[in-house]
Amino acid sequence: MKVGEPERLIIDGKRLDGRAFDELRPIKIEAGVLKRADGSAYLEWGGNKVMAACYGPREVHPRHLARPDSAILRCIYNMAAFSVSDRKRPGPDRRSVEISKVTREALEHVVFTHLFPRTAIDVFIEILQANAGTRCSGITAASVALADAGIPMADLVPACAAGKVGGEIVLDLNDVEDNYGEADLPVAITPKKGEVTLLQMDGNFTREEFEKAFKLAIKGCKKVHKIQKEALRKKYGGT
Amino acid sequence: MYDLIAEIKRDNIIQTLKAGKRVDNRGFDEYRPIAVEVGVGEKAEGSAIVQIGKTRVMAGVKLAIGEPFPDMPNSGVLTTNAELRPLASPTFEKGPPGEDTIELARVVDRGIRESECIDLEKLCRVEGEEVWIVFIDLHILDYDGNLFDACELGAISALVDTRLPKVEDGMIIYKEKTDERLPIKDLPVETTFAKIGDNIVVDPILDEEQVMDARLTVAYTKKGDICAMQKGGVGTFTEKEILEVIDRGLEKSKELRKHIPFKEV
Repeated sequence: MKVGEPERLIIDGKRLDGRAFDELRPIKIEAGVLKRADGSAYLEWGGNKVMAACYGPREVHPRHLARPDSAILRCIYNMAAFSVSDRKRPGPDRRSVEISKVTREALEHVVFTHLFPRTAIDVFIEILQANAGTRCSGITAASVALADAGIPMADLVPACAAGKVGGEIVLDLNDVEDNYGEADLPVAITPKKGEVTLLQMDGNFTREEFEKAFKLAIKGCKKVHKIQKEALRKKYGGT
Repeated sequence: MYDLIAEIKRDNIIQTLKAGKRVDNRGFDEYRPIAVEVGVGEKAEGSAIVQIGKTRVMAGVKLAIGEPFPDMPNSGVLTTNAELRPLASPTFEKGPPGEDTIELARVVDRGIRESECIDLEKLCRVEGEEVWIVFIDLHILDYDGNLFDACELGAISALVDTRLPKVEDGMIIYKEKTDERLPIKDLPVETTFAKIGDNIVVDPILDEEQVMDARLTVAYTKKGDICAMQKGGVGTFTEKEILEVIDRGLEKSKELRKHIPFKEV
């Protein structure tokens, strides 16, 4: 047993924060919040606070990274030192390097990179306050920032996690559930076609539990997608 | 650094798959020949060389005594590291680990950690003060695709092979190995499938990896539960494909596990 572990994570069919099993934490997204970036978004998701910015298409530095037939997409996920209880040493650690990679792979599929050969599209994600689910928050915010920058895309990419907590399959784990739960499954999709662009998992699922959690996560992604669209409508109008 | 792929190679691989075959004549669910040899490094507490086809990985386990993490005072510590050495491929470069290396090490680590295959609480020596630290290091020697499965198999084989060194007055005497083994509770294996066009095949060779749209790695426990997953690549999977890969992988995981040199006590 870990230090600080609560005795139970599910009490009378409810989660410790009072949510139902399939309930998301409150999400708020605002598009176009930074002056200098070509596109940006600010997102609050439960206790997460995330800023995402997009620059480009722009010249590639270093130049040898440029591709003759398409743009390169680069993503950097970074956690502020003060975003977590124990100060995080600034700079990239192994976890952020991996998250940056899967974030890029989650987003690149929808970006029409072939329209901008020899350029770079840079996405920066800053986690200002973390409360579990930061990679999903980052992808969700980055996707809105790309749209805000006017980058042509086939779809938005919403992300959401499901997991197993106290033996129950639940949506969108908070930090206590993430720390002491049994499994975590972050997923990102392209809502129009229903393709999965991000899929990671750790913990323990039976085959049946996995299927249930996976479908729940996809449902969550679809709810997140609605909030992404609302944020863009709020800034740009339209239906 | 990335390899440029000739279009003709890409076309050939895709066309061959469309005809229901693979470029190296394997079935879609067929692994290349697998060989596992343990005890290949005397200075390591445990070691293994794994070959899957032409892909070759050496895994070593070293043990040390150190402090536990403050939030898990009665638990041993596990760390996994991978080295994509430049001798293994013209595309591997010297210098600090890149994102592929880090992803590989972290996905192998997740399979080992989340399956709880080592009973870390039994590696506690003095609660809150002194625990065993298990270092798993993976050296890629020859790269012909599918490093994830080879590394996971190497890691668990080296762990099974590990014998604890003698300890006197809190000092490790590495030269004297005891007969005591690590407390192994499970034998996780990972299976990796590559999606190329509309086809999904297990254990991609390098040529297939270079043209694949996406890959999916799934780690299974002995019971058949799923303990880690990682999708990679810019392409996508449908819901149905993911569930299919999980079921196909489960069958393959049973085959892979037979290569782990573990004798039930």
